[in-house]
Amino acid sequence: MPVVTLTINDKLVSAQSDKTVLEAARDAGFEIPTLCHLEGLTPRGGCRLCLVEVEGVPRLLASCVTQVQEGMVVRTETERLHNYRKMMVELLLAERNHVCAVCVMNGHCELQSLAAKLGVDHVRYDYLCPDLPVDASHERNTRDPNRCILCARCIRVCDEVEGAHCLDMMGRGIHCNIITGMNQEWGKARSCTACGKCVQVCPTGALFKKGSSVAEMEKQREFLIWILDGRDKKVWHWSR
Amino acid sequence: MDREELKALAQVELDQQQRFRCRILCCMSTPCISSGATAVFEALQDAIKGGQLDAEVEAVATGCMGPCSRGPLVTVKTEGEEDVIYEHVTADLAMDILDKHARKASVPSLDRVVLPRDIPFFSKQVKIVLADSGVVDPERLESYVARGGYTALANALREMTPEEVCEEISKSGIRGRGGAGYPSGLKWHMVRKAPGERKYVVANGDEGDPGAYMDRTLMESDPHRVLEGMAIAGYAVGAEQGYVYVRGEYPLAAKRLEKAIRQAERKGLLGNRILESPFNFRIDIRMGAGAFVCGEETALMQSIMGRRGQPVPRPPYPAHKGLWGGPTLINNVETFGNIAAIIGRGAEWYASYGTEKSKGTKIFALAGKVVNTGLIEVPIGITLREIVYEIGGGIPGNKAFKAAQTGGPSGGCIPADYLDVPIDYESLARLGSIMGSGGLIVMDETSCMPDVAKFFMEFCMDESCGKCGPCRGGTVQMHRILSKITDGCATMDDLKKLEELCLMVKETSLCGLGQTSPNPIYSTLRYFRAEYEAHIKDHHCPAGVCTFPRKGELTFNKVA
Repeated sequence: MPVVTLTINDKLVSAQSDKTVLEAARDAGFEIPTLCHLEGLTPRGGCRLCLVEVEGVPRLLASCVTQVQEGMVVRTETERLHNYRKMMVELLLAERNHVCAVCVMNGHCELQSLAAKLGVDHVRYDYLCPDLPVDASHERNTRDPNRCILCARCIRVCDEVEGAHCLDMMGRGIHCNIITGMNQEWGKARSCTACGKCVQVCPTGALFKKGSSVAEMEKQREFLIWILDGRDKKVWHWSR
Repeated sequence: MDREELKALAQVELDQQQRFRCRILCCMSTPCISSGATAVFEALQDAIKGGQLDAEVEAVATGCMGPCSRGPLVTVKTEGEEDVIYEHVTADLAMDILDKHARKASVPSLDRVVLPRDIPFFSKQVKIVLADSGVVDPERLESYVARGGYTALANALREMTPEEVCEEISKSGIRGRGGAGYPSGLKWHMVRKAPGERKYVVANGDEGDPGAYMDRTLMESDPHRVLEGMAIAGYAVGAEQGYVYVRGEYPLAAKRLEKAIRQAERKGLLGNRILESPFNFRIDIRMGAGAFVCGEETALMQSIMGRRGQPVPRPPYPAHKGLWGGPTLINNVETFGNIAAIIGRGAEWYASYGTEKSKGTKIFALAGKVVNTGLIEVPIGITLREIVYEIGGGIPGNKAFKAAQTGGPSGGCIPADYLDVPIDYESLARLGSIMGSGGLIVMDETSCMPDVAKFFMEFCMDESCGKCGPCRGGTVQMHRILSKITDGCATMDDLKKLEELCLMVKETSLCGLGQTSPNPIYSTLRYFRAEYEAHIKDHHCPAGVCTFPRKGELTFNKVA
């Protein structure tokens, strides 16, 4: 593979010619924020956080889908980009119900840490506060669309890696939503293999393992009755 | 079928037409049908049959004649007389028309509904794409062939190499009629040179701008012209498969195209070995499912391939990697409508219309506050004043012209100061609007500009596909701020926030929908900033449109 040389933030960087600007920049130690991108999945270019300035190109380019070229001059950190990224994160925070204090991912969330890194200390836009039902019908996992940022990582991993294509996107614009099994309850979706890959790639708390969220601990006090019945009355609760 | 047989077919049809002393053409495109053209046409057919007139009088169902708001329209062609156009025809009036022209009776009451042919609405137009619209029967191939149809394709196949066809298109100077105005010849050359075993030609008929219906009319009124243009394109770029992507809301256009494809295949004008040449080209129809964003070329291709209609980042451009990875030529339906004329009459003839940088004609759907609304085809470079005051017949009710909106939700408003600027791609861009697909909405002094901007932003918000964050969330927030302004409860800080959002959404969105969605706000802010400030500072709507609700009735409180 031929190697090209490009300039990223005034530093000369060499990269294989089939690499993207994002890969080249990360290899060279520059951080570019991303939310929809995840190594191993096909790039999507949807979250627009990885936008960079390229000299001679009038538009901003999404670095996750832009291939490196010889002599390219790239800037990943400018005031303009910083402002736009901040606004984008604010828009994401305003469009669903992101309440970190009661979220299973508090402290491990990519959206939360990105907001902190960009200095989002308040949101300038109106919260849209949509009314979205949580789907807890699956035996292992729960989907909470209130925390979803529509990055579609779950859809891609389900399709490309697991090969199940249980997850998909429905609706458009602000009414977009992730659905399971052609918009059935997740628990009824027969195409789901319960592999849990979607949970692992989700950047926020929108998909999580059951039993990990606040208020999910349930105590099974019936055990006392089972034991006492067996010991005293010789009645066995096998079916449990 | 070969060239000689094509000529013979045209001659047979012409002879047939000349046998009739009187031909009554009824417009049967969507606007006229919705105002009752079907009843008119059926009444005419019955009366002709019942009155034993079938040997000398013919009723023909044709496509659009132009002044759509005056429909149903009927044109009467009588031997040795000038054509007469009648407006607002009913089944009863159709009987009078038959009496007057077929039976030569005197019916003075008909004069009321005669549309004079020498008014500027007709005389100022130059019809190239719509030349046969309203004349030919869109459901009969012979009717199009009799007007010289498919001879351009025959000539291209017989006498020109694919390079020469592309070169001819380049020389004509035609630019994409979908809105962006990319030089078509350049695109054709690119697809021709792109390596790839299978190439595709796609006609974009997913027209979704509010008030625009140029593509629908062309597909309904003259489907064979589109097919011929596509076949020539297929020959030029080396494609054997074409798709017409028809908007889901256009069932009549799809039906007529489908019929046209079958007829052309039966006559050997599409399919294998077209006109006895080694060239094969098939065309299939793909219907949209109601998403505006599918007019964006990458989303359109996703939709054709059966995927969710969402844009994908470019590059790679469709010309290099499009449908199923093959080089794909995507042009607007109207662009394809020009091709047969360019090849048939030559690039130089075509380039004699238009301005230095924008050649040919453009179809506009004239709507809003003008006397004559309808579909017009004018040479590029005509001024807005000519369109509004001459072709459009001015503003009804002696009101003052305020602005013209071009380009739909991606375009902008042109104020009265610029009425004399020639309309072409560059000058519109300089004014902060775009040529767009051809919607032209005229507004008078009773239109409130923030309200207009809100209307278009609501459209963009509803039609955003939701893939990229700036467009998905940004359009909603911009719409909320505009709602606050028209509700009279915004602050100057909101206006600043709105401008910041406009710039951000424009620069960071993935596709054209998001990138151009702030244009209506930009252009209205540029020319009518005082109106925004009157809403905010004085709680006053200068146009008297916005009613400022009391607390608790605010419209922006509704969740998007």
